[in-house]
Amino acid sequence: MAEEVKLFGMWASLYSRRIEIALIMKGVQFEFIEEDLQNKCPLLLQCNSIHKKVPVLHNGMPIAESIIILEYIDETWPDNPILPRDPYDRAMARFWARFIDEKLIWVSWDAYSSKEEDQGKAIEEACKQLKALENELKEKEFFGGDTVGYLDIAAIMVASWFGVMQEVMKVELLTEENFPILRQWVEKFVDCPIVKECLPHKEKMVEFTRVLLKDFLASR
Amino acid sequence: MADEIILLDFLPSIFGMRVRVALAEKGLMYEYREQDLWNKSPLLLEMNPVHKKIPVLIHNGKPICESTIIVQYIDEVWKDKSPLLPADPYERAQARFWADYIDKKLYDLGKKITLTKGEEQDTRKREFLDFLKLLEGELGDKPFFGGENFGFVDVSLVAFSSRFYAYESFGNFSIEAECPKLIAWTKRCMERESVSSSLLDPQKVHDFVAGMRRRYGVE
Repeated sequence: MAEEVKLFGMWASLYSRRIEIALIMKGVQFEFIEEDLQNKCPLLLQCNSIHKKVPVLHNGMPIAESIIILEYIDETWPDNPILPRDPYDRAMARFWARFIDEKLIWVSWDAYSSKEEDQGKAIEEACKQLKALENELKEKEFFGGDTVGYLDIAAIMVASWFGVMQEVMKVELLTEENFPILRQWVEKFVDCPIVKECLPHKEKMVEFTRVLLKDFLASR
Repeated sequence: MADEIILLDFLPSIFGMRVRVALAEKGLMYEYREQDLWNKSPLLLEMNPVHKKIPVLIHNGKPICESTIIVQYIDEVWKDKSPLLPADPYERAQARFWADYIDKKLYDLGKKITLTKGEEQDTRKREFLDFLKLLEGELGDKPFFGGENFGFVDVSLVAFSSRFYAYESFGNFSIEAECPKLIAWTKRCMERESVSSSLLDPQKVHDFVAGMRRRYGVE
């Protein structure tokens, strides 16, 4: 009998939630193992000895890094594909997913956390990058087209983290005035049944984030 | 209809070399266009408006950016020759993981050696060598990171070897002394026409890095 699929994750980690969404979309049964990030279990450390982070998917062997895990899931369980079939569209999806994780989140963090005198410029930069992502939606309902796909799942950061940070840091980036199309995507995305089931509770996230950032917030 | 392939690139760029190796592995004809990174061309800015960086592959007019994404694209479009990613999903995930990790760490580790001095440089050298040792562990006794065949991780890493002479020269240390298996691997890779024809001569890379050191005021 095949070993059960396990997901090492953490309720407040959106990277971990990405994997939950993908597995449920594919109808894969899995065991969720909630990690205490202050006290990681030996099995997690063994499975991800390089980065020691969640999420890690374990399907006989461990796979780490959420964007890489998403591709693995799509290739292992090919029904209900989440990545586009065309190589060019796949390259674009990979590009924008990487953009979210390596650029967008960081410029947005700068915008949320900058001192007052630097904040205007930081917000301008973050909005420029958000606009680039919004433009990728074009006329589509989702980044994946008619249904939620790999890039929508990657963009859970936009759907959840931005709203949380707005409450914690009292700075709004994703305004209706500047980003009507992206906000419309957020509404449709969070309304999907599987996503709704997997999104962490907003107030819990806000509270968790306040605690996480308490030293930073106190120093302001 | 014949494919039109244009590569916007910069000769000493490690990331550009990866794409050159991949194109050569697939036996593809393309137009190489050297870019001036201090005076970026309208074409580069149009094809990569988000990052404004090379390499950019333009395939039949459509741009693809980010070297590991370009290499995967090349592998998927021209899939019948010299496959770079393995067939098995787990092996593919592992290959992507290591290429991603190399991307996140190695360029900065190497760059810091060339831009620092004294104690700080000693620390950077140590970090760099520790990372190479980790990669040696991953290579094990295999001829290539891809196993018997030259693959995606090999393509991602081999271009760095064109900078080894520069790192050793400006850092005053020997990589081979601490990582002989990795150096043996680089020599094995250089036996491949796709690699030897794509990597810039180490002396030229050294001279480029020397220029960058002067520009940053390290010399």
